[in-house]
Formats: sequence, C-alpha cells, structure tokens
Amino acid sequence: MAEQTYFDDVKEGQELPEFTIQPDKQQLVKFAAGSGDFNPLHFDEKFPMLKGMGIADNIVHGRFKYAQVGRIVFAFAGYKGRVKKFGVSYRGMDLINTPIKVKGVVTAKKQEGGENIVELDVWTEDADGKKTTPGTAVVALPSKG
Amino acid sequence: MTTTNPSVITDEMRAIVGVEGAPATLEVERTNCRMFARSVGHADPIFYDVDAAKAAGYRDIVASPGFLGTPIFNPNRPPAGPAEMSGRGYSIPYKRVLNGGTEYEYFPENDVICAGDTITVRGKIAGFEETTGSIGPMLITKRETTYTNQDGKVVAKMYGTTIQY
Repeated sequence: MAEQTYFDDVKEGQELPEFTIQPDKQQLVKFAAGSGDFNPLHFDEKFPMLKGMGIADNIVHGRFKYAQVGRIVFAFAGYKGRVKKFGVSYRGMDLINTPIKVKGVVTAKKQEGGENIVELDVWTEDADGKKTTPGTAVVALPSKG
Repeated sequence: MTTTNPSVITDEMRAIVGVEGAPATLEVERTNCRMFARSVGHADPIFYDVDAAKAAGYRDIVASPGFLGTPIFNPNRPPAGPAEMSGRGYSIPYKRVLNGGTEYEYFPENDVICAGDTITVRGKIAGFEETTGSIGPMLITKRETTYTNQDGKVVAKMYGTTIQY
C-alpha cells in the first residue's frame, strides 16, 4: 500500500503514479471467472463475432479496464480517503497481449460540504497514446490538520 | 440527435423507462471479494485479509472497484451479462452489443461496501437514445442501478450505458 495522500499536498495538474499492464489470455480468463463475464469475445480468438467485427484477436473486457483504472483511484485515495464517484467511457477497444497504460491527473481541489474534494481525470492509454477508457473520479481526502 | 434511419424504440420500450425491475439480492462474501480482487490483479491486503482490512479502518475485506458489476447468476433465468448491460426485456433489430461506459457513485458517508454485507439491487432503464456513429445506426440504453445495504442505506448507484448496433 502506498503512503497516504493528504489534501494539503495535492496540486492541480499533479500526475498519479502510472502503471502498465499487458493482459494475456490467462489474465482475461481469470477476469472472466472473477467478474462472471463469460462472453467468448474475451477468450476465444475464433469466436465468429470477432471476425464479423474485423478483429483478429480477443478484446480486453471493458470492466477489466474500469477495474484497472479503479486501482489508480483507490491507491490515490488511500485507506483514509474515500472514493465518491468514479466512471469511465469505453471509447476504444484494447486487444489481448497489447500494453495498456493506466494514468491519472488531478484536475481540481476544493472544500465542499466540510470535505476535502479532489477531482481526477483517469484513463487507459494504448500503445499509440490513444485514451481508450477515459474517465473521471471524485475523491475525498484527509487533511494533515 | 437526428437520424435518417427508422426508430427502433417502440411504445413497449418507452413504457418501461423509469420502471424499477424486481429487486435482487447480492451477498458480498469474503471468498468472492478475494476472487474478484485476484482477477483484477490487486496486491493491496485490504482486498484479501480480514485483519489487514480492519487495521486499515474497514469492517471487513473491502469489495474492490468493479465488484458490484458481477452478475447474480441463476441458470433458471434468462442469461445476464455484466450488471450494467443486463435486463433486456424487449427485442430490437440490432444484433451487436457493446458496453459504452460504467459509472459508480459511492456513498462512503453511509458506508463502504465490505464482505458480510447483503445488498439489495434495484435497476431501471433511465432512457433510450438513438444516434448514428462510425459503426452505423445505434441504440444507446442508459441504466441506473441502486445498491442498498442491510441497514437500508444506499451505498452505491451505477449508471451504465449499453450500445446496440
């Protein structure tokens, strides 16, 4: 677990620590089991619908990407922070065995209703730098005082 | 949004907008929380270990982000996809379906969802939209799901977007 982030230290424009994943078939099968989403698009490269879509390999689950972005949001909030809102749009498909960067940046900080609110832009990015899963999050953070 | 294609939204579909479906029960259990966290790749012990979760200030193992989307499976009911896409009770001419987006609002001031919780899930279709994109004409279905815990407190709301084309 990363160290607790405090509201006092957060700056607009601050980048969250990023990480890169490259989900392979084992990972997508694991997520199928963990999430209950057994759509063959995600683990059977011969699934006819993929051919119909002109895609030669399996597609990474949208909700797997949501959960990856969730890792960066929850790590930023820390144990004493709380995630109040967190959503993504699925704008582009990511294929199995391709690198996916998970990133975030602070867009605003304000005190609202007695809470220290931080707004984030969060997203996944493919190898070409395209944001395939752009989203936003709202986190309440503790202050040092 | 104007479209030159005939609408696929029927009166039957309009009639179900805003109507809540039958509530479902989601038991948040330690084993499921661990399995979901493992399937995502979490390393944080609060998603696996009760003592670690308690030491971090939680009641029990924490349900990691995305856990609530897990469908409640019953082989005797029509097949359901992820929660944000499920519950189609009408037929439209489009065969393909995509998940357009997932958004959760959490209410940590009420409670954080942890293992041991029993959540009542109530879903409804918030609206239909039609548009034409690079993949042709499509129907966008907006869903809202409310998650209420065993103390009657709303702990999350989900806003899902399904695209059919």
